Amino acid sequence: MKSVPASDTNLRMVATLKLELKGITKSFGSLVANDRIDLVVEPGEIHCLLGENGAGKSTLMNVLYGLYEPTSGEILVDGQAVKFSGPGDAMAAGIGMVHQHFMLVPVFTVAENVALGRESTGLGGVLDLEQTRKKIREISAKFGFNVDPDAVIEELPVGVQQRVEIIKALVRDARILILDEPTAVLTPQETDELMDIMRQLTAGGTSIVFISHKLREVKAISDRITVIRRGKVVGTADPSASTTDLASMMVGRSVNLSLDKAPARPGEEVFRIRNLTVMSDDGTRLVDDVSFAVATGEILTVAGVQGNGQTELTEAVLGLHRHVRGSITLDGHELVGRSVRQVLDAGVGFVPEDRRIDGLVGAFSIAENLVLDLYGKKEFSRGSMMNRTAIAEHAARKIEEFDVRTPSAQAPADKLSGGNQQKVVLARELSRPLKLFIASQPTRGVDVGSIEFLHKRIVAERDQGTPVIIVSTELDEVLELADRIAVLFAGRLMGIVPGKSSRDLLGLMMAGLSADEARAQLSATTTLKGEPS
Amino acid sequence: MTDPRTEPAPEDSLSAAPAGSPGGADLTGAAAPMKLPRTGPGKDERGKDLIREIMTGSGLVSVLAVVVALLIGAVLIAVTDARVAAAAGYFFAQPGDTFAAMWAAVSEAYGSLFRGATYDPTARTWLGQLGIFETLTFATPLILAGLSVTIAFRAGLFNIGAQGQIILGAIFAGALGFGMQLPPGIHLLVVIVGGAVGGAIWGGIAGLLKARTGAHEVIVTIMLNYIAVNLVLYLLKNQLKDPASSNPVSPPMPGSAVFPLLLGPNFRLNAGFILAVLAVIAIAWLLNRSTLGFEFRAIGANPNAARTAGMVVSRGYIVVMLISGGLSGLAGVSQISGTERSLDADVAGNIGFDAITVALLGRSTPWGTFFAALLFGAFKAGGTSMAVNADVSIDIVLVVQSLIVLFIAAPPLIRAIFRVKSPTINPPTIKPPTISAQATRGAAV
Ligand SMILES: Nc1ncnc2c1ncn2[C@@H]1O[C@H](COP(=O)(O)OP(=O)(O)O)[C@@H](O)[C@H]1O
Ligand SMILES: [Mg+2]
Repeated sequence: MKSVPASDTNLRMVATLKLELKGITKSFGSLVANDRIDLVVEPGEIHCLLGENGAGKSTLMNVLYGLYEPTSGEILVDGQAVKFSGPGDAMAAGIGMVHQHFMLVPVFTVAENVALGRESTGLGGVLDLEQTRKKIREISAKFGFNVDPDAVIEELPVGVQQRVEIIKALVRDARILILDEPTAVLTPQETDELMDIMRQLTAGGTSIVFISHKLREVKAISDRITVIRRGKVVGTADPSASTTDLASMMVGRSVNLSLDKAPARPGEEVFRIRNLTVMSDDGTRLVDDVSFAVATGEILTVAGVQGNGQTELTEAVLGLHRHVRGSITLDGHELVGRSVRQVLDAGVGFVPEDRRIDGLVGAFSIAENLVLDLYGKKEFSRGSMMNRTAIAEHAARKIEEFDVRTPSAQAPADKLSGGNQQKVVLARELSRPLKLFIASQPTRGVDVGSIEFLHKRIVAERDQGTPVIIVSTELDEVLELADRIAVLFAGRLMGIVPGKSSRDLLGLMMAGLSADEARAQLSATTTLKGEPS
Repeated sequence: MTDPRTEPAPEDSLSAAPAGSPGGADLTGAAAPMKLPRTGPGKDERGKDLIREIMTGSGLVSVLAVVVALLIGAVLIAVTDARVAAAAGYFFAQPGDTFAAMWAAVSEAYGSLFRGATYDPTARTWLGQLGIFETLTFATPLILAGLSVTIAFRAGLFNIGAQGQIILGAIFAGALGFGMQLPPGIHLLVVIVGGAVGGAIWGGIAGLLKARTGAHEVIVTIMLNYIAVNLVLYLLKNQLKDPASSNPVSPPMPGSAVFPLLLGPNFRLNAGFILAVLAVIAIAWLLNRSTLGFEFRAIGANPNAARTAGMVVSRGYIVVMLISGGLSGLAGVSQISGTERSLDADVAGNIGFDAITVALLGRSTPWGTFFAALLFGAFKAGGTSMAVNADVSIDIVLVVQSLIVLFIAAPPLIRAIFRVKSPTINPPTIKPPTISAQATRGAAV
């Protein structure tokens, strides 16, 4: 669905603002985050800023919101040049912003958060929240926000917290609303709800600058799209533009959204799991009697809804779990009962599900993270002394090879975007000869350009003859990479099906049907409908 | 302060043998607790983040904290000064007098503090003139104990037990000192090693309990402090008592077991200071250049990633607490073989607690700790001179020291209480969207 065309809105809504950014440049030291950016947001439109992580979208919006002073360039509101020396000025001019990371006080209520910074006090200096409450109820009713002014922020789901941020802006009469990657933290359902809200807001006369790097959303919601790459505007597009074209503009080269991979040439089944059971402390079976094997030169993807034992399965292989029964063998050597170090030394490359928690030490430099499990190897240490030169050279090579976007190898890992962090983890795990490669959610939170790259690297590893296991909750990814697909449900293996299986089949298996049951059900439905699926 | 994802169970990679039976190993029977569920940064996480932020923020904060604390100290000196009070009596007639009196009071107090800690040409004794050497003498145990807190902290452990470890170090050093007769150089060496071992045992207990049972190091080290205090009292009344004295003190250390004086008999500065400087260099090397230090820092900054990368977190805790305790033990040696020269119940003074402040002020870096210890040594050396020469209560020094802690700790503390993210700290880990089973089923059928 699209909102009303801009010209119509113009006639209907007198109070809306036209916003122009002219030649905005913002540098951080030698890094030019925004380079002479021009942008026009027409009244009442949803204008999308599309760009990869690190393209400079947030920086541009922070300039617009008065958080950063532009190095050069000007901002025009309704044709008048304005200068914002802080968010207060921007708000006064009718610009509101919902940041990528929320700015709410978690222990305060919704009303208290909304009132923050514009508190009105009643008799005797008592904070008067009644007015704020009333306003929240009004706005909430008008746009169907369904927000209780007295709820405490930290008890609310992320989607609702986001609405509180939007209310904060609306209470201050924002007529242009900046939403910085609002969908990054939302579930698909919450994303749909947010889109409804955005449409209602524009129908009410608010313009929206919507920032995203997810093509599907951008196409679904925006009236116009401006694409930013490495700090520069590279073009504008209509939402009717094809996904491939948008992706290519964003990344700066033609992007193949579907991965070309040669058919697998599976060899010997060197990695075997037999009757693997992983239990929690209280005896719950997290992985329940799972057996399968992976051959050299093939990718087995493990599909399933989040929390069906995938995490525990991979962690059991690495030796991170204690209550493990059954057998895991690599090249005939038993891995169960070994320490993590021994498993890694046996040639297992491991990309954990959550890179920030398990994959990286955020405070460490990229160079240090690139040797996080290799620092003890001969190349990187002499005796008990780290070989800094070798580590620096290694970092330079890997940054180049994996195209990690960073000002320097000494930058702390937590300053990198998600995609670049993931590249660091993959670069590390793929930098030694492997006998098995396991990656969980290898592209979660990663932008399009990097996804393509990471997928190619994974396939390249397969083509070198390494058995590969990919765990993913994204069905797209599962189908894209798989030579064979294993589906887990409640810790049990529902079956292993060919890589080209239908989504319907996988969906049924993910919901707890065995491969045979699922096939039977599917053919029953198709016979009923009398048409092929 | 516990990290919910920190696994307390031992994971000794050396002893874990590959399972031989085809059925694989069944570790279910092992008493070791299983890995705890992984959650995003939750409430329990905040305490740890808070301490990390307080302990490792920027050095500029430390400098500013010291400056502001000194300024507030100056205000206190001014308002408590008798002459200022007298001049304030006719403030509206001659306000200049009040300000002049304030300036005089503050400059006299801080002037004598500074001169007392560095160089005072007007003093009568050599010792009094060259206060800088007293500063270094006072700083010596603070450097060693501060390093102890620093290194533990870098591995993610908050060692409150420096006090107890100093006492244990002093007990061991003392027992080996006056309990044995050895040739000069060797005797001192034995005393030094013995003291380090004593402290290491005390620290190691906390590390071991943390690693094996998950017992929190803060609680354990506080308890061990009490045990150490009572242990030394007991020993001083029994085994280690000087038979020639009726007080609970040990016999004096023989000359072969004490640090040589560096500047002759007029100054207390001894070779313990050199030991402390060497320790700073060694710990700086260990933390920044060695593989062990890399492990410590990784475990301290993110134990989960460290474990996933094959490091043995529990072993790291034990080793770092041995080293940490050993350093505090050396601080004990520097007391008993340096300035005290016999063991009494107060051998550790307040050093073990000041060490925490010193490490905090030094931002948990070895050289930062060194300079922070020098500053605190200077406060000690100059404080007396300030009290004597400027008639300002020595408690002002204590106030300034406390204010320093307050200014460093307060901003993160306030953020933590209101759970506001620091602008410089990383954004929270984004919760991945989960596909609901319902939706999948709906789509599939
Ligand atoms: N405060 C800052 N200081 C230095 N560099 C910054 C700062 N903020 C952003 N950057 C850099 O500017 C670039 C653009 O960042 P950002 O605007 O956050 O990108 P986006 O929002 O498009 O992902 C990145 O390379 C980032 O590292
Ligand atoms: Mg951004």
